[in-house]
Amino acid sequence: MTSLGRVVRTTAFKLSAIYFAVFSIFAVAFVLYISYSTNALLTQQLEDTIREEIRGLADQGRSGGLMAIVDAIDQRSRQPGASLYLITDVSGRILSGNVSDVPSSLLEQPGMGPITVPYRRTSEDSTRDQLALVQVLRLPGGFRMLVGRDLGERREFSEIIARSLAWAVALMIGLALISWFFVSRRVLKRIDSVSATSRRIMSGDLTGRLEVTGTGDEFDRLADSLNAMLERIEALLHGLKDVSDNIAHDLKTPLTRLRNRVEAALAGPEDGGRYREALESTIEESDRLIQTFNALLMIARIEAGSPDGAMSEVEAGEIVRDVAELYEPVAEEQGAAIEVDIPAPVTLKASRELLGQAVANLIDNALKYAHPEGGGMPTLIRIGVRAGDGDLVLSVADNGEGIPAAERDRVLQRFVRLEKSRSRPGSGLGLSLVAAVARLHHGTIELGDANPGLVVTVKLPLKGG
Amino acid sequence: MRILLIEDDKEAAAYLVKALREAGHVADHAADGDTGADMAGEGGYDVLVVDRMLPKRDGLSIVEELRRNGDHTPVLILSALGQVDDRVTGLRAGGDDYLSKPYAFTELLARVEALARRRLPGEVETVYRAGDLELDRLRHSVSRGGKPVPLQPREFRLLEYLMKHAGQVVTRTMLLENVWDYHFDPQTNVIDVHISRLRSKIDKGFGEPLLHTVRGAGYMIRDVAR
Repeated sequence: MTSLGRVVRTTAFKLSAIYFAVFSIFAVAFVLYISYSTNALLTQQLEDTIREEIRGLADQGRSGGLMAIVDAIDQRSRQPGASLYLITDVSGRILSGNVSDVPSSLLEQPGMGPITVPYRRTSEDSTRDQLALVQVLRLPGGFRMLVGRDLGERREFSEIIARSLAWAVALMIGLALISWFFVSRRVLKRIDSVSATSRRIMSGDLTGRLEVTGTGDEFDRLADSLNAMLERIEALLHGLKDVSDNIAHDLKTPLTRLRNRVEAALAGPEDGGRYREALESTIEESDRLIQTFNALLMIARIEAGSPDGAMSEVEAGEIVRDVAELYEPVAEEQGAAIEVDIPAPVTLKASRELLGQAVANLIDNALKYAHPEGGGMPTLIRIGVRAGDGDLVLSVADNGEGIPAAERDRVLQRFVRLEKSRSRPGSGLGLSLVAAVARLHHGTIELGDANPGLVVTVKLPLKGG
Repeated sequence: MRILLIEDDKEAAAYLVKALREAGHVADHAADGDTGADMAGEGGYDVLVVDRMLPKRDGLSIVEELRRNGDHTPVLILSALGQVDDRVTGLRAGGDDYLSKPYAFTELLARVEALARRRLPGEVETVYRAGDLELDRLRHSVSRGGKPVPLQPREFRLLEYLMKHAGQVVTRTMLLENVWDYHFDPQTNVIDVHISRLRSKIDKGFGEPLLHTVRGAGYMIRDVAR
């Protein structure tokens, strides 16, 4: 496609063309209206003048007879001006006047109202036909009298209007072209820059952002939205990359371990006891792998959005009490205590299963990782459930070492495990799953300082978000 | 008991059939949905084990058809899908239990035997007995050798489920599902600790232990003398 075609298809061009057409139509209509009404006004004035002249001549005729009219015409014809006169006798001979070459038929039909006819002036040697507004009267004795006014003034006026109309249209074309040029240059430049940036981003450079000029116009607003979208996409892709890196590490490592163990067993001497041991550890390792895999799948499924079928009216306090009770013996065995504080029942539409799993994960984490500094002190896990600001507020606090503020966001990600917890069992998916459950219920998760220890606060809206 | 396995994975099916037979059951195998539906329709099975995704026919539709025809043979649904909503759809279709792949054979066997047990008469017994241990479901009381054993409500339900399936292996996930009504994986040995608490109440100080740990599988209430 040629560059002309490209220009014609731009919005700027189309808009300019539409504006130009609309303004032209408006200007032409306006000028036509003015010229029509002035024309009418001028004609009215001419007719009045002609009637006045006829009245004057009639007065002369009444006092001095036909000869007085002829004399008056003779006299008036000699004066310069736009007035036209002619008087003929019965045979059509001109007695006096300053008009020649009027259509002969005109004089045969006297009494007609003022009409426009072409004529020539006798005094002037011009051969050019001119237009006049004339009235023909029949006088006693077969005489005919013609009184009229030249229409030159009116014509000149029309010409002035036509010229101004032409100028106005020309000026408008000029202005339209200039405005279109600037608008299209500006708009096309911005759009071309958007296209160029998006092509760069498509080719893999995700750091690219659209230019924001700071004028706050619609292009800036568009660029802002698109930039926010790009920000989100970049973050998601980073997340995806992190996940695949982590899958590579956290699933491949145990798989390698699994394979090595079997290989070592096969390489060694044939011995039933050793084989058995190797197989048992293989089953243990594959069970852990399945657990990790299930947790990953579950997070993925939750994040893709679970159907409402699993959602029902549940009482959060009851779920928390049940799960706390489930973990209580384990906690006691480890010398830890679980305290549950539920001042009043809190009912909401949620997945009982997922909410229970989330609470279990939080308690499990606290049991695994919260060890009070200095030792000696028992681990205390405090779980609170209350309603606040239209939310279910579920908090699980421990009195361990807590998580440094800088690391809190990171541990919500999949497979992220703090260095000090690497040595302990766990997949690094527990908190990610809690975060995913919170998101599924349109809620939030926040990690804070329990002074000492970590407090995880999950807020879920009571009225479905 | 007679078990029909409808499963398209040949290797998995061969292993299951062999293992079920070794466990003392009669096991038949159907490799696709149509054959499976025909064999199940003929009746005579105590338990059906149905894979959800089958060639020719969806496993759930077989269960639905059986239920429409008034056949209430217990069905264990096997599936690679293991999420909450999949379980719900599986049970809504008429399945009695749901096991997600990959599973341990001991888990499958325990569940199949528990399902078959459901059909046996005596479902409505109000008192469970194992040796000198007695659980009265109506009075919510437990005694051993005539001596009352006080239990917490959850411990009572735990023992009730174990005694209902006395002589059968009950796995940890079965306990979590039936006593706590949760289907997630607790990842920690939470159930074991509950069991050891229960054991200290019903076995400690009494002669023969009744609550046994079955290695690699789960737990069982068993009266050795019987």
